[in-house]
Amino acid sequence: MVELETTQGVKTLHKIFLEDVYSIPGGEKIRLCQQCGTCSGSCPTAYLMDYSPREVIAAFRAGMLDRVLKSNTIWLCTSCYSCTVRCPAGIKVTDIMYELKRLAIKYKSWPSSSKNPAMSKIFIDHVHRFGRSYEAGVIGQFVLTQKPSLAWKFKGLGTKLFLSGRMPLLPKSIKGKDEFHKIIDLLATKEVSQ
Amino acid sequence: MTLTYSYFPGCSSEATGKAYDISTRAVCDKLDIELKELPDWNCCGSTSYFSIRELESFGVSARNLAIAQEVGGMDLVATCSACYTILAKTNRYFAEDPVLHETINEALEAAGRTYDGNVNVRHILDVIVNDLGCETVAEKVTRRMTKLRVAPYYGCQATRPKGTFDDPEFPTSLDHLLEAIGAEPIYYPVKTKCCGGMLMMTQEDAALRLCHELLKCAQDNGADVIVTTCPLCEMNVEAYQKMVNKAYGTSFNIPVMYFTQLLGYALGVDSKALALQMQIVPVENVLAKVPA
Repeated sequence: MVELETTQGVKTLHKIFLEDVYSIPGGEKIRLCQQCGTCSGSCPTAYLMDYSPREVIAAFRAGMLDRVLKSNTIWLCTSCYSCTVRCPAGIKVTDIMYELKRLAIKYKSWPSSSKNPAMSKIFIDHVHRFGRSYEAGVIGQFVLTQKPSLAWKFKGLGTKLFLSGRMPLLPKSIKGKDEFHKIIDLLATKEVSQ
Repeated sequence: MTLTYSYFPGCSSEATGKAYDISTRAVCDKLDIELKELPDWNCCGSTSYFSIRELESFGVSARNLAIAQEVGGMDLVATCSACYTILAKTNRYFAEDPVLHETINEALEAAGRTYDGNVNVRHILDVIVNDLGCETVAEKVTRRMTKLRVAPYYGCQATRPKGTFDDPEFPTSLDHLLEAIGAEPIYYPVKTKCCGGMLMMTQEDAALRLCHELLKCAQDNGADVIVTTCPLCEMNVEAYQKMVNKAYGTSFNIPVMYFTQLLGYALGVDSKALALQMQIVPVENVLAKVPA
């Protein structure tokens, strides 16, 4: 396991990240970044980020990814792909954010204020169980375990959704759960973020 | 001639996005588009999944594509823009990365399946506008949506990242479809801006701000209704209006519909068969504006 607190650890992390990014089809284009800032200017949540998307790429170049992993930046990416379609160098910025999320999960390094890793975990657990996402279960578990304050805020809306038939309380499962799990189990052993 | 497709309803079609599924089936029935539901489909691989467990999510996604291949390899149509993007991305990555394709196929084989990479993934908007065509739709309209001012909201992932069937930032296919049913698509420069997506759960202040922008632009430009092509966009822009109002001191009460609901109404489909009663902000008053 890489220790993010040591110089050696940071160097190793940089190397791992490089390999991961280069493994994305077209990933090597990250070398072509000219720091124009189009990605940051296009990002709908950049104003809340500790480091803007442009700065993330700069940090990557400077070998300072450990800071990025501890920042809120990657967890504010909504996958809108605005940066990706506008980047004049053709860098897949959104995919780089995904790669960073996976590394952050692997090294358990995210700001305590960010609830996204927990949300993703709950989501994945539900898909593992049912083969599909089960919205009432995912939202219910998230609210109860991560953000009880939302229960009050969502009370009226939740009732409305339930009454209009948009929030069924029971999950629907796929039939081929066994084969589904075979696929997942086999791939889980090769996953970067394990 | 009947157009035939495999149909991927996606998980939200069983909950918050039910009306999208119901209205899509009703509209396709009316337009002579045959949708054959993909047998035993599972989660598309989802952005939340993909962003954390890449390989697994490709496997989850590819199981759907393998089934689509087994049932005849027809184009696989998704309604949810996020499902569409993820399924299409799996295809693209397989084409660009043979090693990844092989790894996933090994896992699929353990489940007795295989996928060659040749099933086209399509968005329902693309199918209606480009395969069927706006002229054909116009011929079948029985209730012209005259004078209805509509904000065409495409959201992010119908056209991004690849812009396969329309421009990634300034798409027009939905605008043309709205014109075909007699409605007036308003100038809506935020048509592909983000709704906040899953941030509505994890960081609602950020998502509410984005929704506020979308609602304000629709109101300022005189929209009677906003139509969407994605269940997450629909949910965020419609259901959270009260929370936006509270945060920004506004008084939005703008009806939001799936584009298939409005299209179905124009084609003469009964309101119930379009699940119009499922909307949080009632749409009846707006539709009553339309001359009979």
